[in-house]
Amino acid sequence: MALGVTKKEKIDGLAESAGVSLAASAWKRLRRSPVFLIGAVIIGIFVVLSLLSPWLAPHNPSDPMLIGQVVKARNEIPPPQPGHPLGGDLQGRDFFSRLLVGSQQTLVVGVGATLIGLTGGLILGTLAGAIGGWVDSVVMRIVDVMLSLPSLLLAFSIAAMFAKPSQFTVILAVAIVQIPVFARLLRGSMLAQRHSDHVLAATALGVKRGSIVFRHMLPNSLSPVIVQSTLVLATAIIEAAALSFLGLGNPDDRIPEWGQMLGDVQNVFDTHPQLAAWPAVCIIIVALGFTLMGETLREALDPKNRR
Amino acid sequence: MALLEVRDLTVVFQRRGEEPFRAVDGVSFDVEPGQTVGLVGESGCGKSVTSLAIMGLLPKRGAKVTGTVKYDGTDLLKLSDKEMRDRRGRDLGMVFQDPLSSLNPVVPIGLQVTEVLERHRGMPRKEAMIEAKDLLDKVGIPDPNRRLKEYPHQLSGGMRQRALIAIALACRPKLLIADEPTTALDVTIQAQILTLMKELVQDLGTALVMITHDLGVVAGLCDEVNVLYGGKVVEKAMRHKLFAEPRHPYTHGLLASIPRLDAAPGEKLTPIKGSVADNIPWAQGCAFAPRCPNALDVCVQVTPAEEDQLGRLLRCHNPVVPGTPAAEEVPV
Repeated sequence: MALGVTKKEKIDGLAESAGVSLAASAWKRLRRSPVFLIGAVIIGIFVVLSLLSPWLAPHNPSDPMLIGQVVKARNEIPPPQPGHPLGGDLQGRDFFSRLLVGSQQTLVVGVGATLIGLTGGLILGTLAGAIGGWVDSVVMRIVDVMLSLPSLLLAFSIAAMFAKPSQFTVILAVAIVQIPVFARLLRGSMLAQRHSDHVLAATALGVKRGSIVFRHMLPNSLSPVIVQSTLVLATAIIEAAALSFLGLGNPDDRIPEWGQMLGDVQNVFDTHPQLAAWPAVCIIIVALGFTLMGETLREALDPKNRR
Repeated sequence: MALLEVRDLTVVFQRRGEEPFRAVDGVSFDVEPGQTVGLVGESGCGKSVTSLAIMGLLPKRGAKVTGTVKYDGTDLLKLSDKEMRDRRGRDLGMVFQDPLSSLNPVVPIGLQVTEVLERHRGMPRKEAMIEAKDLLDKVGIPDPNRRLKEYPHQLSGGMRQRALIAIALACRPKLLIADEPTTALDVTIQAQILTLMKELVQDLGTALVMITHDLGVVAGLCDEVNVLYGGKVVEKAMRHKLFAEPRHPYTHGLLASIPRLDAAPGEKLTPIKGSVADNIPWAQGCAFAPRCPNALDVCVQVTPAEEDQLGRLLRCHNPVVPGTPAAEEVPV
């Protein structure tokens, strides 16, 4: 950007310095990034569909309305037909409706797990980064232990601890796995803030310790954490799907969920691959959308890319 | 009684498994109300550490501070953390070197000014905002109402430093410590900031401790000057006396290394040879001796004592004789 600055960019730069906040200047850069737009469109469609799915779905996703067409002995399932564009599943339920309503669970699990993980990570990271000393050591050793285990294995173990698996246990298992990621990230940037000039300046003004942490250190440390949370959303969706696939998800199959739909059709994959392919493709596209958005967000907020 | 009395201030940095390092070694000086006192020296001479020690901003672990720092009769070094926090910003203000990094990048200027007012003067936010506007006005920031809502990166360098000065003076501290406040600014802005500080100090009767490596700043602002070398004051005198007649070879060398308007064309500057790395410990003699053009044998054997010479404190075995021209030229 130093070389070959176009006139347009120069003018934009002037406009920026004349009264636009950091977030606004990042937004300006994002708006021009096609990758971000693709990610945003995917996420936008996904969110709208999942919110409206109860009304958009043509049939009740738990109603075995096509059960007459299922022939267990000959391994036959209802084929695509008028009113049922993707046919039915092994229990004769409308596959398209299940796919559509399944997005809701994915959204709830992804957002829920990320929010809980973020909250936990913020608390631990703030404790470690702001207090330091032995608190820092203890928190960070716990985080190290958690990070040393493969995340899926850890989520699997946590989910398996619950006697009655449910949607909530899936969210919790995925969330706990994300806590150390956030905690370590926040602690790192809090430490950098602790030795920054403006924190020293605030200390020199006699600002109270609480205000220094919450007004001066935390807000300046948040941007990597916020970016990370969009990336974690993708991971959370995949891990939640994996847990459901492995049978640790919500056992109630009246509420469809993509990972669980995948798991249910393991035995018939060679004869009816489309039953696995559709939810798999949905998971991949949604996870990709969050990743694209997160990566471009990180680039836009990276101070190295700033003027 | 002086407003600030620093006596034998010593700061020793100690890391496990390493030799302790005396960054400040028995520094003493007084600041009267309304007076401007300069601490001058090159990088690493202990001037910033002195200011941090006075403000109580050195880390608890690793830095041992001894001596006394009396402010209005109370020893600041003996105060608890909480008492010291209450005083910082209210009784003692500080202006730092880099105005951009010393302001919180994500908080608008207005809130950064009102934060101090709310903290120390218990003002409600609304009232503090009006006061903040007056403060920005007073330090010469045009259109203060708009600037209050802006973020530090939207202000120019000079304006940022003005804002920092406004924040430091918000609670009318009786003592202001300025740690190289003009280093990050270009020369014209430097002049504006120095004029501003001079005016404010006169108007408010604030005592000012000016920390700088720039003798030009000292000449324009300070009443009394302390020249630091290797953590000790090597020469202390009133400004006119020091500039007219530097006695310590270090002070003499510093002045000789400044370009002069009345120098003959083509005349070379006279640097002080060597660097701070050549210092010997004060315990073995004079820290400056290895770089000193006047060094004698005694200089590397006996620590020079502080001597009072007609209102000038001098720490030297073989001071420069008054009237000596700049030290001999060093081949580079």
